Amino acid sequence: MDQALKELGGYIRDNLGSSVVDAYVRLGELSVEIERAEVLRVLKFLRDDANCQFLTLLDVCGVDYPDDDERFEIVYHLLSMTHNTRVRVKLRTDEDTPVDSATGLFNAANWWEREVWDMFGVAFVDHPDLRRILTDYGFEGHPLRKDFPLTGYVEIRYDDEQKRIVYEPVKLTQEFRSFDFLSPWEGVQRMLPGDEKAEDAAEEEAK
Amino acid sequence: MAETQIKNFNINFGPQHPAAHGVLRLVLEMDGEVVERADPHIGLLHRGTEKLIENKTYVQAVGYFDRLDYSSPQNQEHAFALATEKLLGIEAPARGQAIRVLYAEIGRLLNHLMNICAFAMDVGAMTPMLWGFEHREKLMEFCERACGARMHMHYFRPGGVALDVPQQLLDDIYEWCPSFLDICDDMEGLLTENRIFKQRTVDIGVITAEQCQDWGITGANLRASGIAWDLRKSQPYDGYEKYDFQIPVGVNGDCYDRYLIRMLEMRESIKIMRQVIENMPNGPAKSIDHKVTPPSRSDMKHSMESLIHHFKLYTEGFKVPAGETYTAVEAPKGEFAVYLISDGTNKPYRCKIRAPGFASLQATEFISKGHMLADVVANIGSVDVVFGEIDR
Repeated sequence: MDQALKELGGYIRDNLGSSVVDAYVRLGELSVEIERAEVLRVLKFLRDDANCQFLTLLDVCGVDYPDDDERFEIVYHLLSMTHNTRVRVKLRTDEDTPVDSATGLFNAANWWEREVWDMFGVAFVDHPDLRRILTDYGFEGHPLRKDFPLTGYVEIRYDDEQKRIVYEPVKLTQEFRSFDFLSPWEGVQRMLPGDEKAEDAAEEEAK
Repeated sequence: MAETQIKNFNINFGPQHPAAHGVLRLVLEMDGEVVERADPHIGLLHRGTEKLIENKTYVQAVGYFDRLDYSSPQNQEHAFALATEKLLGIEAPARGQAIRVLYAEIGRLLNHLMNICAFAMDVGAMTPMLWGFEHREKLMEFCERACGARMHMHYFRPGGVALDVPQQLLDDIYEWCPSFLDICDDMEGLLTENRIFKQRTVDIGVITAEQCQDWGITGANLRASGIAWDLRKSQPYDGYEKYDFQIPVGVNGDCYDRYLIRMLEMRESIKIMRQVIENMPNGPAKSIDHKVTPPSRSDMKHSMESLIHHFKLYTEGFKVPAGETYTAVEAPKGEFAVYLISDGTNKPYRCKIRAPGFASLQATEFISKGHMLADVVANIGSVDVVFGEIDR
């Protein structure tokens, strides 16, 4: 299975040339990283080529890596029922750079891209109807970004005097608690709170 | 005679309407009684599940999956358990897998019963609801006897299932199976050749096989359009390849075919359940790797190591090696998948939930075009949507 996927990855890379940044098989799943500008060409090839025939776009989703230069990864999952294979196509973008919309190739992309726009704020060029989809009417912000707080910014309640729903800033009766459960003994890479000096000391010792 | 000006008007369908199957708000542009344009507004049940899961440990996250598609909770858990196991590089023991298959099929029955009955009610048949829900109740009792919860089971955990099932329960399920086939016969007697039911469903909401693939529609809706695609056969997980069952495939892809497929699938599920119970392996129901699954209560009373494992699992949880996986199961509504990214800590970095209903509902827009208003209700009912999973 892995071997067949590797060959397919090589085939895609051979045919698409420089559009493909990397193609690899991990955990028995084929991922193809591509150049952002080439997304439509890649998806069209994957859909129409006889050896691929990925006719179904199952899912488009975003992932946020706030520390990277191009912080958002847009991930497409495609399925070929003819060959019984799946492929994952990934590309990177940032807040300001829109991605070409795949709605012209797959109708299914419409709502998935709206969801990515809603949750991450990544825009899609030539999308027929890029509105928010899951959040409330008039919602501000993009909730699945890592810098969006879990509790959000506003809460709603029914106001008996105004006889309507009102929005108010979130008031937590108890302070939001996020525990750091990670054991400090197992070589955690992340800095522990209050332990900022440990690394400096180690560096000085090395000198 | 003076020319009358006819203008299109908009209808707001839902969000508080029993035929909207939850909280769908559908803005319909009507030309007389014919639908010109349908614009579904979803998200009224959005709870930020994916965001919450990013802030919970892997075992805590299981509970959120029950609340996605609440008519078949266990099937969602199944996808998450499999995805986590894949990243951890472990596999559930044979008995755990068999129990999961058994309960996944119970979930399928729960879902199809709910869908068929609600769909029949949408198009005017009251009795199937009353009969079907009686058996739904019995299925929920089986769930309760396995884990204590009727609906939100929190039962399929990474590494197996939470608790082993007693033999008496398996015997009772086995005994109940044939009686369910009788209720299937009864319901088919009410609906399949019913003149009114057929008038409301035959040739309504036709989806072709190409459209299904283009719109990402999976599951029973896809099979009703003539493509024999079922992940239990094509990409088997948890030992589905060991069981003998058929994939019913439709011809026309209309509402009536979708109903027929679900009816036949229930019979196949009963077949699988009987085989599972007949061949139920012995042994542990969850992985014996106590870095992932908690040790038994009695072990904790006299083994220090077990106590430590228990404490660590319920505070820190287990760490999952960095990696990503897209793991899909054949949920009753179609391909339900979890795209799970781990960064090596005890919480998922990203957990994208691929809900089958999202794609199916998206398609109602083009299915409904040119149909009457009353057919929109039939279409929504027949594509099987539940808003817990669509809005997430």
